[in-house]
Amino acid sequence: MTTSTAGAVAVSQAAADSMATAALVPALTGICGPGAIVTDPAELRTYECDGLTSHRCSPGLVVLPETAEQVAAVVAECFRAGIPFIARGSGTGLSGGALPRADGVLIVMSKMRKIIEIDAASRRAIVEPGVTNLAVSKAVAPFGLFYAPDPSSQVICSVGGNVAENSGGAHCLKHGFTTHHVSGLQIVTPQGELTWLGDGTSAAPGYDLTGAFTGSEGTIGIVTKVIVRLTRTPEAVTTLLAAFKTMGAGGTAVSQIIGSGILPGAIEMMDALAIEAAEAAVACRYPEGAGAVLIVELDGPAGDVVRETEAVRDICEQAGAYEIREASDAAERTAIWTGRKSAFAAVGRISPAYIVQDGVVPRTALGEVLDKIAALSAASGIRVANVFHAGDGNLHPLVLFDDAVPEACEAAEELSGAILDLCIEHGGSITGEHGVGTDKSKYMPKMFGPDDLDTMQLLRCAFDPAGLCNPGKVFPTPRLCGEVPGVRTAPHPLVASGQVEQF
Amino acid sequence: MAAIPAQLASACAAVRDAGPADQVAGVQPRYVAAPASTAEASAVLRAAAELGLAVLPRGAGTRIAWGAAPASCDLVVDMKGMDRLVEHAAGDLVATVQAGASLAGLGQALGRTGQRLALDPAGPAGTVGGLIATGAAGPLRLRYGSPRDLLIGITVVRADGTVASSGGKVVKNVAGYDLGKLYAGSYGTLGLITEATFRLHPRPAAVAYVTADCAGQDEAHRLIAAAVDSPLTPSAAEISWPAGHAPIRAGILLEGDQAGTAERAARLCGLLDELAEDSAVSSPDPPPWWGTAPDGDGTALRIAFWPGQLPAVLGAIRAAAAAAGLDPAVAGSAGAGVLTAGLPGQADPAAVAKFVTAVRESLAMGPAEPTGLTRASAVVLHAPAGVRDLVDMWGPAPSLALMRAVKDQFDPEHRMAPGRLAGGI
Repeated sequence: MTTSTAGAVAVSQAAADSMATAALVPALTGICGPGAIVTDPAELRTYECDGLTSHRCSPGLVVLPETAEQVAAVVAECFRAGIPFIARGSGTGLSGGALPRADGVLIVMSKMRKIIEIDAASRRAIVEPGVTNLAVSKAVAPFGLFYAPDPSSQVICSVGGNVAENSGGAHCLKHGFTTHHVSGLQIVTPQGELTWLGDGTSAAPGYDLTGAFTGSEGTIGIVTKVIVRLTRTPEAVTTLLAAFKTMGAGGTAVSQIIGSGILPGAIEMMDALAIEAAEAAVACRYPEGAGAVLIVELDGPAGDVVRETEAVRDICEQAGAYEIREASDAAERTAIWTGRKSAFAAVGRISPAYIVQDGVVPRTALGEVLDKIAALSAASGIRVANVFHAGDGNLHPLVLFDDAVPEACEAAEELSGAILDLCIEHGGSITGEHGVGTDKSKYMPKMFGPDDLDTMQLLRCAFDPAGLCNPGKVFPTPRLCGEVPGVRTAPHPLVASGQVEQF
Repeated sequence: MAAIPAQLASACAAVRDAGPADQVAGVQPRYVAAPASTAEASAVLRAAAELGLAVLPRGAGTRIAWGAAPASCDLVVDMKGMDRLVEHAAGDLVATVQAGASLAGLGQALGRTGQRLALDPAGPAGTVGGLIATGAAGPLRLRYGSPRDLLIGITVVRADGTVASSGGKVVKNVAGYDLGKLYAGSYGTLGLITEATFRLHPRPAAVAYVTADCAGQDEAHRLIAAAVDSPLTPSAAEISWPAGHAPIRAGILLEGDQAGTAERAARLCGLLDELAEDSAVSSPDPPPWWGTAPDGDGTALRIAFWPGQLPAVLGAIRAAAAAAGLDPAVAGSAGAGVLTAGLPGQADPAAVAKFVTAVRESLAMGPAEPTGLTRASAVVLHAPAGVRDLVDMWGPAPSLALMRAVKDQFDPEHRMAPGRLAGGI
């Protein structure tokens, strides 16, 4: 190899990658059928990225299984061959968590979209991972129930992807995240075995592996069935839109609402630039001249919602709101939410390119951090639009740049990174809901020390000692698991000594 | 008395020989160390690693009898010296607290700003660390869940003394693995919890307890289901079924502002009156049986199930009790699907063992399950020595092989509370 040029090495590596995955084709075809395997380079390119389009890589091979048993058999083949594998749901993730590998198999879960069982009396359902988030709520609506986590991509994103990312949504302020609404998972282990984590109850015996798995970003196994908890549909829902002259005034209102003991379903805020973009894109007709708009949604028993709506109105007026709109039916609510929900894409109307950032600060630090973001923006001349879940301090600054200008992208990335530094400085987090994935693994050492990261990876080593399950994500440096990969064949010492029985 | 090893003495200012009062389920430890900081706790565990000591963390000892007896225990790490409220960010509804802090003290401190940690385990509350380690929860679990649901950050000392944190101080955070979930309910088997950060909630301005006596199991189920399925957002839905064939009592907790709570209590009374023979009553005070464990110092069997199975579970408990010639008291979060059956300490151990086995057998006969999922469990939380000798405290658990793999990674020498958890972990 010493005589090879760098280019020759790269070519031979690519050839080796494709040969390794190509060798799996007969076995995987035998498991899933010929129609479920994608090898054509043009078709493979369809899967080269998820919602984070700045990272791309064509997978070595794509397989679309239809049953849990097929997933298990596919993973077992990969494990035997030492080939990395990556699960993908609907591909809406925003951190490159489902970024494929040229030397790996991409297991696409979108054909597994059955709702297996709805147990309305237990407020639970068992669904396959490819089912979309919104499809669960639609299926259980006739029972007066809904599935509470509601990421803004809920029309298309899959429940399996939600489990991998521990997805939140606008309403997680009150209702919690995916981890609060999942009580059992059937998974395929990275060795290709099917097993249940948890049992669907609130107190399964032993370690809470369901909780540990949720949010592990596809790195310790593949979900094949999800037991979701369902929530009673609220009796009443009211949505308020309040317009303020300044972000500071809006922020004051947020603090006072939370301080009053009211827990709204959602509190969302947009700044002037985000509003301008939304107007350009969807003509949401928010009040003119707003420096900030606040959207507050209240849900619960009818009487409580009426009183809380009055209280929130008063708070907003006292904080300086110059216009307040109230929606109490679905059409009016949609009118209010349209601007907010379209905000990310809408920024495309006012900028050729942009980066969506996802960071968290303690709610009480919001004002200070927003001021500092404004200062960073002014100093660099890079525009930043702010859209955020104000109730839980989850910021989504949109960093605008022109990708036709040389080095503009790097400058925008630098500013975007500086915003994460601000979040860490203020005791927050580098991601509130988009995940670490490929995008943010380099920031993990800023938030966690080496021992913290090393300890997290113990969990990974327990599940995936061979390091084949979505490798290279979340952690900047993989941990060597210090054990020959493989399934334990000798009995556990306590079983061998007769101290415990194995079930 | 064995001399205290030099490594241990130099690691921690407060080390002593253990006495009979330090026994855990009949196992006599040799030493007790009471670290005053995470750094000192780390030094203690490093010393224990050098000496090859089996370690058992202890808070107030409230639930030290819970779980299987440790396979061995050389060193008890007493956490009561680490009892500080490190930070209470009232505006953010978040608090960071040392593991040895008492829940009662924490409740008082948070109460001064009208906030609370929404966990209300039965009996003496014990410490924050003990609560997390046992995953204990009370009536409020229906609405707020158990410790795992409110824990947002945690610091743990691993078996080799390594200090590691996960999570953080903000409620919304998906950076890295959520190891708090793993430690919650781990019974000390993965490491020593030294500090925890929780999401808090405002204390409600008003509460109402709506209670009714039920004519039988089916009526109890109808009342609980009606409350939980209603849009009245109950915070708890409990039953209490005392021994001696007394009627089942159902109680629903409503929380909120004055007007809203009163309004919902009136609506709930109306709803329940249509279903029960006796009329429902609303009171601002809890009934005497509210949130009490039905077991005392005897045997407590915690049964977790899918809430819709409540009548079948109550039936299974009664059938198993009849077969074993016992008369357990049953109480708990019927609405959330977690009940505890309690038997007195003097009950015949063989009969108790028969009862436990019969309950487990009937739970496993639930809905036909082609995927191998068992939808219920029955765990003996604590029991007298005679019963411990006869029953497997944990019973079957899902994915034991993976749980063992986790234990092997976090504590390769199996020195942290060995044998406490399911499957001898």
